[in-house]
Amino acid sequence: MRKKVIFPQLGLPYLLLLPQLAITVVFFFLPAGQAIWFSFLRQDAFGIRTEFVWFENFVELFQDPLYLDSMWVTLVFSFWVTLLSMSVALGLAVLADRHIRGATAYKTLLIWPYAIAPAVAAVLWIFIFHPQIGLLGKFLNGIGIKWDYKLNGTQALITVIVASAWKQVSYNFLFFLAGLQSIPRSVLEAAAIDGASPARRFWTVVFPLLSPTTFFLLVINLTYAFFDTFGVIDALTKGGPAKATTTLIYRAYIDGRVNLDLGSSSAQSVVLMLAVIALTAVQFRFIERKVHY
Amino acid sequence: MATLELRGIRKSFGAVQVLHGIDLQVAEGEFIVIVGASGCGKSTLLRIVAGLETATEGSVLIGGADVTRLEPKDRDIAMVFQNYALYPHMSVFDNMAYGLRIRGLPRAEIEGRVRRTAEMLGLGDLLRRKPRELSGGQRQRVAMGRAIVREPKLFLFDEPLSNLDAKLRVQMRAEIKRLQRRLGVTSLYVTHDQVEAMTLGDRLVVMNEGRAEQVATPMEVWREPANTYVAGFIGAPAMNFLHGRLCEEGHAVDLRAGPAIALAAPPASATEAEVTVGIRPEHVRVVGNGAAGAIPLKVDLVEPLGAESLIHGILPSGEGLTVRASDCSPLAGTTLPIVLPAEHLHLFGGDGRRLRLAHARGAAAPVRVGA
Repeated sequence: MRKKVIFPQLGLPYLLLLPQLAITVVFFFLPAGQAIWFSFLRQDAFGIRTEFVWFENFVELFQDPLYLDSMWVTLVFSFWVTLLSMSVALGLAVLADRHIRGATAYKTLLIWPYAIAPAVAAVLWIFIFHPQIGLLGKFLNGIGIKWDYKLNGTQALITVIVASAWKQVSYNFLFFLAGLQSIPRSVLEAAAIDGASPARRFWTVVFPLLSPTTFFLLVINLTYAFFDTFGVIDALTKGGPAKATTTLIYRAYIDGRVNLDLGSSSAQSVVLMLAVIALTAVQFRFIERKVHY
Repeated sequence: MATLELRGIRKSFGAVQVLHGIDLQVAEGEFIVIVGASGCGKSTLLRIVAGLETATEGSVLIGGADVTRLEPKDRDIAMVFQNYALYPHMSVFDNMAYGLRIRGLPRAEIEGRVRRTAEMLGLGDLLRRKPRELSGGQRQRVAMGRAIVREPKLFLFDEPLSNLDAKLRVQMRAEIKRLQRRLGVTSLYVTHDQVEAMTLGDRLVVMNEGRAEQVATPMEVWREPANTYVAGFIGAPAMNFLHGRLCEEGHAVDLRAGPAIALAAPPASATEAEVTVGIRPEHVRVVGNGAAGAIPLKVDLVEPLGAESLIHGILPSGEGLTVRASDCSPLAGTTLPIVLPAEHLHLFGGDGRRLRLAHARGAAAPVRVGA
């Protein structure tokens, strides 16, 4: 039981809460409320006439085949980003968990990518994937594989998936490493004495015990892939070619900032907002239950 | 079932040497208890036998075969951990079946073996439960069951009772002993608890700072401790140590605290006159006032235990002495005359080693030498 603190005056607790509340209100509730309000409006490109249109923006959105396409792109993109970043991070964490020489340096290096801005990360990946100047791009073209992510939609998608996943590996690595280190060593020793090979120990003991961490990261990574990958996509492919890498968040940006269709853009934001709320709800419902011990 | 042999086991962690050459031979079906204070290297020794640590030097033989270089899984051993180390995500049944499944036993046999073991341990109704739904004692039993069901050559116990409350500990202690007798599996049991050590072991290994100070049966260790460390460690309350000096060519020992006491025979190996005289609290005899050769003990504190009392006091030499006596509970501040019977004295040399008497010690009555 947490101890209940009783304040002598009624004002003080509210005063202490104020900074946090102010930030939430200014940076979340106001914009979110505005987005919801705008999603019911239709405005011309110059902002002169505004019309209240009820749910027309949403109806149009779900009738637009391009929007449904970008939904599909988002699903494919999020699935691969999550899978790739989590499996690579888990692999690296398992390696770092062993007692190796220079483990601290290794861990520090692995955490760095997280500190790099998405646009900078994208530039790094241009140097790898670019068909003429990129290391991998040049190599692939050299051995006869036609590689140009600016022309080939699939290749473009692969490029943004890899770049986005790379960015998230550090974060996942930290959590997986912490998760691995919280598994009691004696349990693994017991499994070793029971005759389990390292691979078997991993799949029958370590992986199940990591499941709360894994589930938490799954939600976090899906959220990341849905909403935080705008910078990478914008810097690498700008949603192209032929909208092959236009995810929902990127489309919301294009419609609002470039096409100046605030109503539709707001409606898209509201859809995304509902998706986050759903993901978060799922996370809270499951994480409480999925803990093993 | 197998024999176990340790040859010159040494272990260093970096510059720190924690085991200084341990030799041990364990017969088939023998129950060996390794006892010592924390940090004496007893757990490390057990882990080397298990294959969880690699010895810096020396070799481990199980059933005559050298297993020093083998992985734990290839040694055919089972271990019970202090924190039980159950697989938290598996049911009791799966915990016990894990090792059998890995060995690829047929499903029916696994089922049969697990059920039989569970019945034997009184876990029959708990097979579907998860470890977190069990009490401490039940978890402990599951950990035992997981070890037993594999029918290994060797059982290793790493302080398996330390996490249980006192009552359960006594109960499980008896249960472990009974099980081991019944199964006849060679066992190595590590504990810091001397009562566990005395009651469980066929033989004890008393360890101190990475050395085996004495390897002997519990009664031998108690009756003839090899040195002051063992003497002070085994027995509760601990043995009293007093300053003494051999006199009359070793036929008597002159206590700093009082009179000289005649010995049945002079110590065979004494090189110097200064000795440490040990006597267990239960062997100190309380006598009547004015009894011959009595030493006055100034009573400092009395701890009544029910049937007997522990009397802590100060001797005229300033040395402390504890007496365990029945039918006697003096008041603090009073003086209690006591006698140290010669047949119960332990003599230790300057290096702390036991001084053996030249002949087998007779049950001679204490003879007073000098005034």
